Amino acid sequence: MARIIVVTSGKGGVGKTTTSAAIAMGLAKKGHKTAVIDFDVGLRNLDLIMGCERRVVYDFVNVINGEATLNQALIRDKNCNLLYILPASQTRDKDALSKEGVGRVLDELKKDFKYIVCDSPAGIEKGAHLAMYFADDAFVVTNPEVSSVRDSDRMLGILASKSYRAEQNQEPIKEYLLLTRYSPERVKLGEMLSVEDVQDILSLHLLGVIPESKSVLNASNSGTPVILDEKSDAGQAYGDIVARYLGENRPHRFIDDKKGFFRKFFGSK
Amino acid sequence: MSLLDYFKSSKVSSASLAKERLQILVAHERSSLNQPSYLPQLQKELLEVIQKYVNVGQDAISVSFEQDENQETLELNITLPDLITKKT
Repeated sequence: MARIIVVTSGKGGVGKTTTSAAIAMGLAKKGHKTAVIDFDVGLRNLDLIMGCERRVVYDFVNVINGEATLNQALIRDKNCNLLYILPASQTRDKDALSKEGVGRVLDELKKDFKYIVCDSPAGIEKGAHLAMYFADDAFVVTNPEVSSVRDSDRMLGILASKSYRAEQNQEPIKEYLLLTRYSPERVKLGEMLSVEDVQDILSLHLLGVIPESKSVLNASNSGTPVILDEKSDAGQAYGDIVARYLGENRPHRFIDDKKGFFRKFFGSK
Repeated sequence: MSLLDYFKSSKVSSASLAKERLQILVAHERSSLNQPSYLPQLQKELLEVIQKYVNVGQDAISVSFEQDENQETLELNITLPDLITKKT
């Protein structure tokens, strides 16, 4: 049975697209046929993060409007042949998406794919609403920062009341917390909300913590999902997240300050 | 963090301030989200009706909504103008 995962946050710039690219790649690398869809019509970027921007011919809106078939629009990833990308339209506006159209495309994808990852746009308007509407699981991407935590809480309210599952009185969407851009050193200094603080406020199941990492920018510069950078802390953290989501029991990492005594006193950064 | 910073560490951490502010805000926003969306309209229309008969101001009426497991309560509070000031 296929599962639809929405990667959402409310606030922009917290790492939704980075996360969508990483977990979609991780699921595919684990042997599950996965599709990742960009719902940010007019401001698409998933293609750039996945490194397939020059191979986009047809997009999500073309498929909804019947101007292209799903197979014509899906782009097979260059690193993993079980991963496919459905890009958003860059020229239309967000009203080009309709509930019926999105539902139809997802139903078609469900026949062939194990996981369908929906990369939500920021905000709570149409694109964001449709990205979460049909979801089975929600990955709520949050930064340890006041505006991001507040927006995530707002998003949780919407997930619980305005989804297909909520409207049909089905089992609610399973919600998971992904805390990104985490800096254990700053938490230790009392300058940043800790994992426990954010969990106290949002009461969500923690799927994993992604540390603030140079590897994320390096990965987006080159158009390869950061999870493929297996030497990097962020890549490993996303690897853990995918494994945990698939039911493996992995202890949490990257939460504690590992810096040595000497470096702490005589500075670095 | 440098050696100098170590000696001038501040008393209240900004993170604990952030947590406190968020807890209050999130609790407030969650409770107001559960209110029915017709409340402001109801308040406006009730005020118009009352103003036909009594000379009351904009803030003379308050409508609040509470919900627990068994029941939903709609509380309506109208403050009528003081009789003494009315006569003069």
